[in-house]
Amino acid sequence: MFARRREPWTDRQASWRLGAVASLVLLTIVLMVGFVAVRAWPTLQANGWVSWLGSGGSVDRQLGDMIKTGQDPPTAAYHLRAWPLIYGTILTTAVSVLVGLAFSLFSAIFIVEFAPARVRAVVVPAVRLLAAVPSVIYGLIGILVLAPFVGNHLISPGRKDSVQNVVQLDGTGVLVAIVVLTVMITPIMIAIVVDALRAIPPAWTEGASALGANRWEAIWTVSVRAARPAIVAAAVLACARALGEAVALSMVSGSRGFSPNPVDGITYIFEPIRPLAASMVENVDAINAPAVKSSIYAFALLLLLSSLVLSIGGYVAKLPMRRQGLRV
Amino acid sequence: MAATIEAPAPVAPAPHQRPAPRGDRLSSWKWSHRLAFLTCWACGIALCAVTLAIVVYMGVRGIQYLNPELLFTRPTPGLQQHTTGGILDPIMGTVILTIIGIAIAVPLAVTSAVWLVEYGKPAPLARAVESGIEVVAGTPDIVIAIFGLAIFQLPILAPLSFTASGGGVFGRSFLAAGAMMSLIALPMVFGATREGLMSIPTHVREASWALGKTRICTIRTILLPQVRANVATGAALGMGRIVGDTAVVVVLLGATLQLEPQGDVPILGNLRGTGSTLTSYVYGASPAGEGNAPQKAYAAAFVLLLIVLTLNFAVDYLGRRKETR
Amino acid sequence: MSAHDRVVDPFLDDAVPSLPPPRRRVRLDRTPVPVPETQDAPRRSAVRERGPGGPERMRVERLSVLYGEKPAVKDVSLPIHAGEALALIGPSGCGKTTLLRTLNRLTETTAGATREGRVLLDGVDVEQLEVTALRRRVAMVFQQPNPFPMSIFDNVAYAIRVQNKKRPGRRELEPQVADALRRAGLWDEVAGDLDRPALRLSGGQQQRLCIARAIATRPEVLLMDEPCSALDPRSTAVIEELIGELRRELAVVIVTHNLAQAHRVGDKVAFMYLGDLVEFGDAQQVFEDPRAERTRDYVAGAFG
Repeated sequence: MFARRREPWTDRQASWRLGAVASLVLLTIVLMVGFVAVRAWPTLQANGWVSWLGSGGSVDRQLGDMIKTGQDPPTAAYHLRAWPLIYGTILTTAVSVLVGLAFSLFSAIFIVEFAPARVRAVVVPAVRLLAAVPSVIYGLIGILVLAPFVGNHLISPGRKDSVQNVVQLDGTGVLVAIVVLTVMITPIMIAIVVDALRAIPPAWTEGASALGANRWEAIWTVSVRAARPAIVAAAVLACARALGEAVALSMVSGSRGFSPNPVDGITYIFEPIRPLAASMVENVDAINAPAVKSSIYAFALLLLLSSLVLSIGGYVAKLPMRRQGLRV
Repeated sequence: MAATIEAPAPVAPAPHQRPAPRGDRLSSWKWSHRLAFLTCWACGIALCAVTLAIVVYMGVRGIQYLNPELLFTRPTPGLQQHTTGGILDPIMGTVILTIIGIAIAVPLAVTSAVWLVEYGKPAPLARAVESGIEVVAGTPDIVIAIFGLAIFQLPILAPLSFTASGGGVFGRSFLAAGAMMSLIALPMVFGATREGLMSIPTHVREASWALGKTRICTIRTILLPQVRANVATGAALGMGRIVGDTAVVVVLLGATLQLEPQGDVPILGNLRGTGSTLTSYVYGASPAGEGNAPQKAYAAAFVLLLIVLTLNFAVDYLGRRKETR
Repeated sequence: MSAHDRVVDPFLDDAVPSLPPPRRRVRLDRTPVPVPETQDAPRRSAVRERGPGGPERMRVERLSVLYGEKPAVKDVSLPIHAGEALALIGPSGCGKTTLLRTLNRLTETTAGATREGRVLLDGVDVEQLEVTALRRRVAMVFQQPNPFPMSIFDNVAYAIRVQNKKRPGRRELEPQVADALRRAGLWDEVAGDLDRPALRLSGGQQQRLCIARAIATRPEVLLMDEPCSALDPRSTAVIEELIGELRRELAVVIVTHNLAQAHRVGDKVAFMYLGDLVEFGDAQQVFEDPRAERTRDYVAGAFG
């Protein structure tokens, strides 16, 4: 990679040359945040931060109106209330990460400790493969298999009639979105946790066994505890992926900027939503209209801020573990 | 802890009749441990079942709808499924994009990782770079795509795509998408390289320094060769992410069914032009996009899966080959 | 960054340097350090007084252990008494570690290991006991100190917590933890802050912590697999002193490749060679007047 030069690099030269490249990467990131913030500013200024995050009116209609306003819209054209999108994002992300994390932890322990050797040899590559499957394929399965199943078999015609003035229940909605998202983020969490559990020095588990701990206790109180940094990292990664999942969710979540109402009972899980990222993908064609452009960048800014908060949260969560001497 | 003296065991039976040793029996565990054990098994079985279902289903559908001529025919727009042609252009688009993305990502990532682990001064900069890459890793691909659009629509970067007659830079091309794809693959290569470097014990470096080699020489001759497998793994992971990414493609590649080059320079023209990849094709052909061609979607998805599978196997094979050396 | 520190500065010792200093001041240990009398060959009266001796705790009967086809232990029989320290000596690969690990059934975790013969704990075949129950009565300390990545308190309390049906609260555990740390000779050095991470102790302290952890539940037998081989001479001396104390309450079996240590610490000595038990007897007799030719060759020169 470093071609043979007549004079080999000194360490100081190497240090700043390599550092320059690394700083280039950093610069790109800073640019990214800067651009997004700048482009998002008009809509935030026109709406006010707090009320922009609030609810009021149909997001879809507001976006549609923006498209019509052309190249030089007045301030009023920037009107948007993004709460339905935010709510959809929080709902899908939180539920799928929580469910996925629990599932991944127990599956990982199963793989590392309890699975018969032949099963383990098959499952581990399979999980890695699943983690690499593109999200559009999960979306495809969701929209071609899961959604029709839910729409035709799980939602009764009576239920559809009861809400047909407000929304169409066709199977895409909260339930399918959460299922697809969970299936999407679980493999990578399993892979990370399995790697972390396998990396625990066997001296620790052997020591625990030698003290009279049974198999479950040895793995839970020592290995899992020592693997906590990795578990936090897995959770943060999964959360970030869930937050940013645009394409698969735009296929299965119903594509309507609608806030499902828990008061509706069971119908709640069938109602359509559209998380922030999916909204961005669906409106990107209209990005030439400045009002729409600014709104999309505002969504992007929100997503960026969320993933920033996530990263910081993950770092903070790992601090006490660092103190114990765990490699974080 | 006083031991309860039990009656001495009977004479030990001959070796071939030896009773099995009492192992860690589930019946002696606390109920919470038993519950946890069952949960682990349940999750494991569910995992296997879901994995099997997905793989089998995609396989069946793919074989059902994929015929070899699809792979070599160019797609054409059309209303009926049997007139929409094949998926050659999307395949080529995927390949081109992956190459561009990895070619940019790997040198940047390895350099950054080497600098961070081996030098890392000044410390605030090191921390900033590390955090920055984590930020990129956590950034949704749609945000990166939008950012790419913002960058590549700047007039200064007009040569990288095409300029519409009204003066607006289109900003969508293979180069634009490839550049953003490199950002997406960067954290994986960086992370893998860093893990590899950090897992090399200090005494290897110390031995080299004690012999009088400079740090950069040590890196080049000893450390980098040792992390080749890690870099390959990271690159494969990055490639997997690039191949599977749809958002960047949808936003930055112009979504034309066929590869449309810009200008007359042979390769550069294609790079400046627009096209589609397997992922955007699947998206477009599904009920969520405009086309209503679920069969073509399955076929393209199957090809996509095969590519991803091949990448995974290649990584495993490479990894195993390095271990046996 | 911790990675940076670890890699860049090779002159720091292997204690984790990047962590902040402890919040509370560590009380200096002012108890007089027992001067190790035995830095070189123990010609002088380096032998400590012998252990009191007691009832037989474990008995090995015609034990053979094979890894696949290769025999590691061949037909070994010996008794282990409370109140004594049994030193297992022999050249590398003679099977002493395998024998030790068989005593608490750790060899079962190695694939391909088969056994013949039996080991009795208080008259009961250890294979008939629940493995976890066995290991609560026969504790082990390993060659490399392996404290868990938790606080000192949690390390010592680990065995107690694991062995109780109901998880005991911290207030119940404190006296037991303090007692174990005292018996292990570590109390004065760590009493100031028991919540300190265990991995930040020095090597010798970590090993004593592992000993404290092993004896916290008052096992009957303590197995030690070359506990001092990874430590410096001062820590070694401290631990040998400790063994002298511990053997009064329990049976200690210590594997060591250091003949001088075996002479200092052991009451009974078993010499093994290539899996066979060549000689077994009182330490005095084995070292000064060995019966077998092979033993004589092995211990010759160690004591001039």
